Amino acid sequence: MGMTMTEKILARHAGLERVVPRQLIKAKLDLILVNDITGAPAIKEFEKIGKPVFDKDKIVMVPDHFVPNKDIKSAEQAKIMKDFARKRKITHYFEVGRMGIEHVLLPEVGLVAPGELIIGADSHTCTYGAVGAFATGVGHTDAGAAMAAGETWFKVPSSIKVELTGKLPRWVGGKDVILTLIGMIGVDGARYQSLEFCGEGVAELTMADRLTIANMAVEAGAKNGIFPTDAITQAYLAPRVKRAFSPVSADPDAEYERTVAIDLSKLTPVVALPFLPENVKPVAEVKATPIDQVIIGSCTNGRIEDLALAAEILAGHEIHPAVRTIIIPGSQAVYLEAMEKGYVATFIKAGAVVSTPTCGPCCGGHMGILAAGERAVSTTNRNFRGRMGHVDSEVYLAGPAVAAASAIKGRIAAPWEVTS
Amino acid sequence: MILHGKVWRYGDNVDTDVILPARYLNTAEPKELAAHCMEDIDPTFVGGVKPGDIMVGGRNFGCGSSREHAPVAIKASGVTCIIADSFARIFYRNAINIGLPLIELGPAVADIKSGDTITVDLGKGVVANVTSSKNFTVQPLPGFIQEIATAGGLINYVKGEKE
Repeated sequence: MGMTMTEKILARHAGLERVVPRQLIKAKLDLILVNDITGAPAIKEFEKIGKPVFDKDKIVMVPDHFVPNKDIKSAEQAKIMKDFARKRKITHYFEVGRMGIEHVLLPEVGLVAPGELIIGADSHTCTYGAVGAFATGVGHTDAGAAMAAGETWFKVPSSIKVELTGKLPRWVGGKDVILTLIGMIGVDGARYQSLEFCGEGVAELTMADRLTIANMAVEAGAKNGIFPTDAITQAYLAPRVKRAFSPVSADPDAEYERTVAIDLSKLTPVVALPFLPENVKPVAEVKATPIDQVIIGSCTNGRIEDLALAAEILAGHEIHPAVRTIIIPGSQAVYLEAMEKGYVATFIKAGAVVSTPTCGPCCGGHMGILAAGERAVSTTNRNFRGRMGHVDSEVYLAGPAVAAASAIKGRIAAPWEVTS
Repeated sequence: MILHGKVWRYGDNVDTDVILPARYLNTAEPKELAAHCMEDIDPTFVGGVKPGDIMVGGRNFGCGSSREHAPVAIKASGVTCIIADSFARIFYRNAINIGLPLIELGPAVADIKSGDTITVDLGKGVVANVTSSKNFTVQPLPGFIQEIATAGGLINYVKGEKE
């Protein structure tokens, strides 16, 4: 019996010939990520162990959630991480001005590569499956312990094969693929499992699409989501990753718990209604819904391709008078490129604000909190009750094309309503 | 270990944002976190919870964000155990790591109602609903996880390994 991509990576890092689902293993880690929310408590747990960091080059610290610091308590938390990074000479600490939203930043600067094993004290760490890594979210105690040990335990997940065919139609992107999948299998449809994407349709997806898809694997309950490494991955990695890496591919006789088939050519832009990401409807069915705010950004959709799409739709339009539109480039590099390509000018002329990179509004932190009764269309990843602010506010999840069209119309709108 | 307490009952897909909203994540102090636990779905919880109470949920309890602040807040509220149909995986791991016992009871959890009094024997894996007079048996935790639990959480476990 063969192995899946996830099983191969876990076996390799556990020093085993093979692993099987539900097996408990200890595995060596290639990278550990913490942010300004989880860094301080992870450091507190780490200090209790009384050991040095296992490798100063394999710990990444990114202040991104509540920075630039939103209040004194947030500043104190961020300072603990900064002081630790300087004292312990952590190589990959990213100060404001050089940081980005962690899951936009790490792939961009080449810190994640195929075949690697990565944990992060943030649930969307699964994003790095897009480049063929095994990556999963953990809590701050796991991260703190791993900073000393350089390894952690895993229960080998069983896998769901997601077989992609066809080619995405105009205005349909990675966000629509993953929301459609979550709508099909539910928010616990892949609980404790790995989502392994494969099929000829993979070659039709850009790296930005794949990063968005892998990012939301956790929203189906998955431990990780992972893509095969192909020519598109290699082209993306070539200018970014200088170290040696070795991709894995699934064996033809690998075992899967089940297969879910998605024909990309049949997909349409979708929206996930409150209060679960599984409440997925075609945009055409929810068009009457008036809105107060639009967020375009986040670790899910804050890449240059996402901003390019938003700019294409917003160009020459004015945002609806009742709508606040907040656009958040996912990193300084994305911000700079958006400026150089004229997207920032397009956004400002349309009546949007453009923010420094931050997770800010996605988790109800800052920079776009909703009042009671307010409704947002957002390219973020969760629409739980109270996620973006008041418990009686609502978040509708969508891709950047729908979000930009909605900003113009003042209600949920399809991209083709505002383009010719 | 035997736990005995009153039930706080919640539904399916209780996410970590409602257990502890991100607006309070500018601290990791357990008592400060406990002061806001569950407030968005149950404003009566913080004022009403007593040491020894037991939280009961449906499917996929603890889904969403990996914030360990969520199980920390529940534990600091005085809750000694969470029982659910099923748990989201990061939450499960986090609770084990901080020494908060979890019991995955499956669909039988439907028998347990808010305000019921239940007794949990963690060693024997028995959940007894005193109110409805029904008993349930559960699978013991896997050995590896029991070792972490016995050590009093992950940090002690990792410390012990080094010696």
